[in-house]
Amino acid sequence: MSGGRFNPLALAWAAVRPIDPWLLALVGLLLGYAYLLMMSASPERIATLQVHFAVGLGAMWAVAVLPPKRLLQFAVPLYLLGVFLLVGVILFGETSKGAKRWLDLGVARIQPSELMKIAVPLMLAWYFHQREGAVRVWEFIVACVLLAIPLGLIVVQPDLGTSLLVAAAGVFVIFFAGLSWKLIVPVVLAGVIGIGAIVGFGDTLCQPEFDWKVLREYQKQRVCTLLDPTQDPLGKGFHIIQSTIAIGSGGLWGKGWMDGTQTHLAFIPERHTDFIFSVLAEEFGLVGALALLGTYLLLILRGFYIAACAPTVGSRLLAGAITMIFFTYAFVNMGMVSGILPVVGVPLPFISYGGTALVTLCIGVGILMSVGRSRSTPKD
Amino acid sequence: MTEFRRPEADLAAFRRRVVVALLFVVACFAVLGARFHYLQVVRYDYFHSRAEGNRIALLPVVPNRGVIVDRHGELLARNYSVYTLEINPRRVRNLEATLDELAEVVTIEERDRRRLRKLLLETKYFESVPIRTHLTDEEVARIVARRYRYPGVEVQARLFRDYPHGPVAAHAIGYIGRINERDVQRIEERGETANYRGSEYIGKSGLELSYETELHGRTGVEQVEINAGGRAVRLMSRTAAAPGNDLELSLDIELQKVAEAAFGERRGALVAIDPNNGEVLALVSMPSFDPNLFVEGISVADWRALSDSPDHPLLNRASYSTYPPGSTFKPFMALAGLESGRRSLDQRFGNQGVFTFVGHRFVDRKSNCQSNVDVHRSIVYSCNTYYYQLANEMGINAIANFMRPFGFGERTGLDIPGEATGVLPTPEWKRQRFSRREHQTWFGGETISVGIGQGYNAYTPLQMAHALATLVNGGTVYRPHLVRYVVDAQTGERRRIEPEPIGQIPLKPANVAAMMRAMNDVNKTGTAARVFRDAPYESGGKTGTAQVFSLRGQRYVEGQVAERLRDHSWFIAYAPADKPTIALAVLVENGGFGSQSAAPIARQVMDFHLLGRRADQPAGEVDEALAAEMEL
Repeated sequence: MSGGRFNPLALAWAAVRPIDPWLLALVGLLLGYAYLLMMSASPERIATLQVHFAVGLGAMWAVAVLPPKRLLQFAVPLYLLGVFLLVGVILFGETSKGAKRWLDLGVARIQPSELMKIAVPLMLAWYFHQREGAVRVWEFIVACVLLAIPLGLIVVQPDLGTSLLVAAAGVFVIFFAGLSWKLIVPVVLAGVIGIGAIVGFGDTLCQPEFDWKVLREYQKQRVCTLLDPTQDPLGKGFHIIQSTIAIGSGGLWGKGWMDGTQTHLAFIPERHTDFIFSVLAEEFGLVGALALLGTYLLLILRGFYIAACAPTVGSRLLAGAITMIFFTYAFVNMGMVSGILPVVGVPLPFISYGGTALVTLCIGVGILMSVGRSRSTPKD
Repeated sequence: MTEFRRPEADLAAFRRRVVVALLFVVACFAVLGARFHYLQVVRYDYFHSRAEGNRIALLPVVPNRGVIVDRHGELLARNYSVYTLEINPRRVRNLEATLDELAEVVTIEERDRRRLRKLLLETKYFESVPIRTHLTDEEVARIVARRYRYPGVEVQARLFRDYPHGPVAAHAIGYIGRINERDVQRIEERGETANYRGSEYIGKSGLELSYETELHGRTGVEQVEINAGGRAVRLMSRTAAAPGNDLELSLDIELQKVAEAAFGERRGALVAIDPNNGEVLALVSMPSFDPNLFVEGISVADWRALSDSPDHPLLNRASYSTYPPGSTFKPFMALAGLESGRRSLDQRFGNQGVFTFVGHRFVDRKSNCQSNVDVHRSIVYSCNTYYYQLANEMGINAIANFMRPFGFGERTGLDIPGEATGVLPTPEWKRQRFSRREHQTWFGGETISVGIGQGYNAYTPLQMAHALATLVNGGTVYRPHLVRYVVDAQTGERRRIEPEPIGQIPLKPANVAAMMRAMNDVNKTGTAARVFRDAPYESGGKTGTAQVFSLRGQRYVEGQVAERLRDHSWFIAYAPADKPTIALAVLVENGGFGSQSAAPIARQVMDFHLLGRRADQPAGEVDEALAAEMEL
């Protein structure tokens, strides 16, 4: 073990030590679901899926080996790079499907808003870390501005799904940093009343001549379609009608793996990406759906445990916020597929097909592992 | 003191917040769980019956695409029904095995399999894909008899698009093709996704593209019960599809055929417009291509042949290629001189053989151009020096300001996509066109070139025809259009397209009449007299020659330059001379002098339009020596 000689055992231990076995097991379980579902929904994509797994787990490990202090050092440059690229998207971005989201760098096409899902919580955690012990109203204002800049740039693209996730990431850091309840409660109340109003007066608000001002026409359409999917059975309501039929017909135990009739005979749109949950619910039933929900809950519990034990302000805020991002992904996606939230482009975490999202999520897990490893402080 | 205790207090506060967050998470997940329970247990029976056993499926009913007819009702794009063998890849376990089994019943060639694989990659998620089209009745019978053996395989009667006149007017009519990834995006941007569910084809070029929303129609919905095998067993309700509207063109397909035949093997373009309303009577770009090749996806070999051809048959020369107008620009220049007051009708110039500009001598050797040249004679015999002098006096900006309302250097707004703007040169244009400072300065000599239609001037045949139409009707600007009526497929109501003028250029009638007298004499005694000899109608015209490359002062001698470097031949013409019903522009690439190859084509087209006399053979060429004598 000594003398700096090449020792495979020690090397292996150094490589494995940063891995949190709980998180790894839970992520492995989720990737296992993903693999099974992809074999059913879109078997021709299995090979690519394996590549995604390899790259994702590699990214997770690469982040996990770094101590949280090092991660926080990346906050400012990563944040600035992200904002810079987002401005680039507005100036030089490629328009696709009515939205400008992509930046062509010549070698590769990138979607800078994806980077912001990690960069924003990292930046805010770093900021509160710097201001430790002196966090007052001013600090929250600065934090809100730091969040608003990239968020505004993503909203104008427009990309509702990603702005929602970035907003959630930032808001959760601010929440964990101790924003006064006096501010939180009224905002939540206003939100509840707003949603209540939309549901209550949906008929009037969804008239075509009614202009919602803050939302684009297609975003308004999504909300209205949720309220009454039968309005547009071949168009936008189609997704929701089809996915609820698939889920509902799955019943308690499901139709069995590879035997989902809606998946195989009729058609579930985008069944390998955003709507993959309906495949799971159809083939594995309520039991499968609850199992998935349970797995996410365990992942979130582990994340919160790591956050609660983290020694420094920055690392605990980071861990808390990332855990809540996982929750947001899972809740928004399953809510949308089962018809209680509007259709926004948010994937089912670790399960929907899509390399970029998987790598982002795996980096998130890597950050949790990194924070988790540093929890044994001398005191406490 | 407090400072010292803060970290622990902070940690405790943080942990309290984590607990709150966790409660929130649990609450949200509980809502989800409740929703799943509601869908999968409480309402299970409802969804089960909708999904299992007999399911209700919403099937799109694809509307029939509108047809396209010419001004006399002749069909230019139509639909016909054929049986196709289709497969739904989602309902077939082993595609290759199924194909092998089918191949025992009907012929499936390797080519069909290759095309199927390609379609499978491009296709939308749920629809069936054709294996074979144009099945014979016997093949249909054989498959239907064995239908139960091939789940997921259906024989369907489908409508196909056909262009009965093949390559005639292909650039104007365009073609449809299978919807690809980019079309899907465009459909999404237009918010038409629902209306295209089930549609397999979309307009890709020409009128098929620009009038896509009219031609497509509205998709209907069929509610059908589907059994566990996925076959429709009962129709429950049906909202019929609304067929697409028909297009009635101003194009005269017989005139178009005469014009195309007149070109023979030559490359070039012809645009004929009714100056009274902007209706396009013929839009020729030669060589052409067969649009039927594109409908079912063009084969690699056919595509290579079209795209690699040095003649560029896919290029619409009529509206997208620009050429210097040459001497066809002179009537417009002369009108500019008259309207601006720089010239008057009775003003004569002697000693017109030579024009000297900053030490350069420009020589015009034509015997008719030496002395006593007035504006009339300058057009009839195409005297260059008259226009060098006029352009020099007017200056480039005044020229451009006069020309712009005629549509020079601007898109005419023709109702098919793909129109070039051309170049109406000005010093401002040159500054923006060239990046190097030393290239940006405008020189007086360049103004002089513009005066005779050479230099930076560059216009499409469409723009020339449009400008001539505007001149001969006295300055009323109509937007050129190929479609006269959109015919509502259900009510039969005919909606007129663009009957109203979009502008009026204030021109003195006396000046316009003088120009038309001069152009009339071009065809009687001037540069095109030989071509219009014995014409039983009065017409007007102007020849032109677009320089392909500069000879640097040497005399242009044909036969000594390679074919592709020969000058382009221009001719603009209208008839009848007193009340024109047709104004056209002809360009023959590398055709030499205007009177040599372009004017004979114009003669054949006008003969047919006014007399119904068809030549149906390539127009002859005037001997080049004679042409040169007239024009140089």
